[in-house]
Amino acid sequence: MLHIVNKSPFENRTLDSCLRVALNEPGAALLLIEDAVYAASKSGSFESAMKDALGKVKVYALWPDIEARGMQDRVIEGIKMVDYGGFVDLVAEHSNCQSWL
Amino acid sequence: MGKEMTESTGGIDFEDEDASGVIKKFMFVNRKAPYGTIYALESLEVVLISAAFDQDVSLTFMDDGVYQIVKGQHTKAIDVKNFSPTYRALEGYDIEKLYVEKESLEQRGLTEADLLVDVQVMSSAEIAKIMSEQDVVISF
Repeated sequence: MLHIVNKSPFENRTLDSCLRVALNEPGAALLLIEDAVYAASKSGSFESAMKDALGKVKVYALWPDIEARGMQDRVIEGIKMVDYGGFVDLVAEHSNCQSWL
Repeated sequence: MGKEMTESTGGIDFEDEDASGVIKKFMFVNRKAPYGTIYALESLEVVLISAAFDQDVSLTFMDDGVYQIVKGQHTKAIDVKNFSPTYRALEGYDIEKLYVEKESLEQRGLTEADLLVDVQVMSSAEIAKIMSEQDVVISF
C-alpha cells in the first residue's frame, strides 16, 4: 500500500499517525509531498524517525516540492526522489493508497 | 463601534485621524512554511504595505516560518511564484529588523548560514521580550 503525507511534521501529527500504521506492513511505501517533504531533512528532529522508517518500508519524496522549498541539499540518504511521473507510477504500482490529509 | 473597529483591525483604529503621523511598533510573526499555504505570501504583502506607512516594522520567523527564508528555493516545477527573493528587498524599504528563533532553526537542522537574508538569531526568551514591547503584533 502507498501512504501519502502532505503536512509538515512540525505542525501536524499526520506523519506520526501514518508511520504508526504504515510501518506494520513490510510492503508499504511512503511518499512525502508538499510540506511533508520537510520530514526528509537531515539533522532535524525527524531524522531518527525517518531512518527507522527507511529500515522498514520504501520512502519517497516529490522532487518538485523538495526543490521549491530549497531542501535539495538536505535530504536524508536513502529517501528516493520522484517527479510527477514517478508519483503516478507509485500510485499505479500499489494496490491502493491512503492520503493522510 | 470604535472598540469593534479596533479588535477587527488588529489594534489599528482607522477612525482616529489624530493618529496619522504616529509611529507604532509593528511585529509580523511568521510561523508557516512558504508554499503549503498562502500565509507566508500574504504576510509578505502586508509587510510591504506597512512599509509605505513609515511604521516601525519587524519580522519574526519561528516554527515552520523559518523555512520562508531558506536559501535555494526553486519553484518552477510546482508552478508557484518563488517569492523568497523579496525578503532580500525588505532592506530597501527600511525593514531591517528580522528576528529568527534559535530553537526553531535547531529543530529543523538549519543554521544562520542556510538563510538568504541577514537576521538576528535569538532565543525564545529574547523573542518574548521584543514581542512584549510591540504596540501591535500581527500573526501569520
